Amino acid sequence: MNILVFAESAEGKIRKTSLEAVAYGKAMGGQVTAIALGAVDKAELESLGKYGAQKVLHAKDDRLSHGVIQAFTTVLTKVMEDEKSDVLVLANSSLGTPVAARVAAKTGASLATNVVELPNTSSGFTVKKSIYTGKAFAQVELKNPKKVIAIRKNAAEAKEVGGNAPVTEYNASLTDADFATKITSTEKATGEILLPEANIVVSGGRGMKGPEHWGALETLAKTLGAATGCSKPVSDMGWRPHHEHVGQTGVKVSPQLYIAIGISGAIQHLAGVNSSKCIVVINKDADAPFFKAADYGIVGDAFDVLPKLNEAIKAAK
Amino acid sequence: MKILVCITHVPDTTSKINFIDNNTKFDTNGVQFIIGPYDDYALARAIELKESTGSTVTVLNVGTAETEPTLRKALAIGADDAIRVNAEPADSFFVASQIAEQAKAGGYELILMGRESIDYNSGVVHGIVGEMLGIPSISPVMKLDIDGTKVKMAREIEGGKEYVEASLPLVAGCQEPIAEWKIPNMRGIMSAKTKPLKVVEPKSVDSGVKLQKFELPPPKGSVKMISADNVSELVTLLKNEAKVL
Repeated sequence: MNILVFAESAEGKIRKTSLEAVAYGKAMGGQVTAIALGAVDKAELESLGKYGAQKVLHAKDDRLSHGVIQAFTTVLTKVMEDEKSDVLVLANSSLGTPVAARVAAKTGASLATNVVELPNTSSGFTVKKSIYTGKAFAQVELKNPKKVIAIRKNAAEAKEVGGNAPVTEYNASLTDADFATKITSTEKATGEILLPEANIVVSGGRGMKGPEHWGALETLAKTLGAATGCSKPVSDMGWRPHHEHVGQTGVKVSPQLYIAIGISGAIQHLAGVNSSKCIVVINKDADAPFFKAADYGIVGDAFDVLPKLNEAIKAAK
Repeated sequence: MKILVCITHVPDTTSKINFIDNNTKFDTNGVQFIIGPYDDYALARAIELKESTGSTVTVLNVGTAETEPTLRKALAIGADDAIRVNAEPADSFFVASQIAEQAKAGGYELILMGRESIDYNSGVVHGIVGEMLGIPSISPVMKLDIDGTKVKMAREIEGGKEYVEASLPLVAGCQEPIAEWKIPNMRGIMSAKTKPLKVVEPKSVDSGVKLQKFELPPPKGSVKMISADNVSELVTLLKNEAKVL
């Protein structure tokens, strides 16, 4: 089986979830080729071999340094043809998912997104995908000879297997038509840990009482190496940027640890966090519904518990 | 401009999810159905554009007769007419094929829908439609303005935004805060009853995906409560019991 992995990058670095996609491809067995697009650091390209790629292709075209969905579709389709790939694996993301859709339509592949574990190939080819915003799963059979699989964070564990893969330049031969969509500018929070990729998320709700109180939450996040998130009311009121909104209509996260502070736990918020491995809820209201979905709970005032928790974590390090 | 808004008919966000028939069918018992929340944003923006640019708005749903109240609600919100493709929305490829067919037949220039449905969450229909029609598809779009034949958009990316420009025709998968949800008023509800709702039969599609069964996640164990005066115990448990630190 020939497996192609789209190694998505941001600011020259391969995304962590794409390393998981490489590990996923490797665990499926077969020949794994990784393709990176746009400006990517050389060391990053070389590292793909360590995570299980046997071959690394790099389409350097600078126009690919931003996520132009159609251009990415053209390149990935062409590589699938050249490499005779049976399966394309990519990470679910704001770029990966729309690109997966177009590539599948273009190549006639069976498509599944939000895939949470390795395929079952004992009879046919079946994958398990998250549905109903994390409230259920579906087992779906991918019947066509070609398949496109977009995986969710934690579908496979990215680990170094000590391989070594040559990096070959790939000529994508793109035309202007591929860039009919123009990216005029970008606005990006740099130096932060990205919410969808974080192993730990510290999230605040209305119980934080105002944007001016986020300092204590950010301090805790920093101590933990965590990303910060928030509930919908908090982003609606403009206390925090929209991209931090976790929930049904916001970012869905699946970290190892999710710490919710001053969030009551409306079902729409739970939908965004229910695939977290461990949930800690800190709320002053002992009847907050979030406690029912939590692994650990503390009834207490956020402003009292946050600094204490920060100190306790520092002490335990 | 002719705008097509594709909406899903999905369980209300507070619904309990259960399955019947040996875990092969969604249990609709006691479930309220709504316009998909992301589709609702797309519809709200379409209605704004209708007013500011003198466009027409058609809503489309791929679904059986029971989805008609959802289409009527979209008409009450302000869409001019509706199309129902009479079929179970089997999978993304099937639904996208029906949308592409109708979009072509009706000559729509701007095709809007939610970034994803909240039942299957695949987030791929806009991309498949774009590819089938050979036009750009942009998602997730949080801002969309028309400037002549240009469409100026903001796309949400991990930890930021990308500003995107493309020409009509195009497909956009929408999300908040592209517009505020609209609530139908009395006049809208009355006029929706007489607005045209066309039912068309689906084209046949050979789908490459087959649902085998549904599963529910294992039930959550009970929560362990820790005293606010003993926060270090939480840290110990996270480290040694949950093994997440």
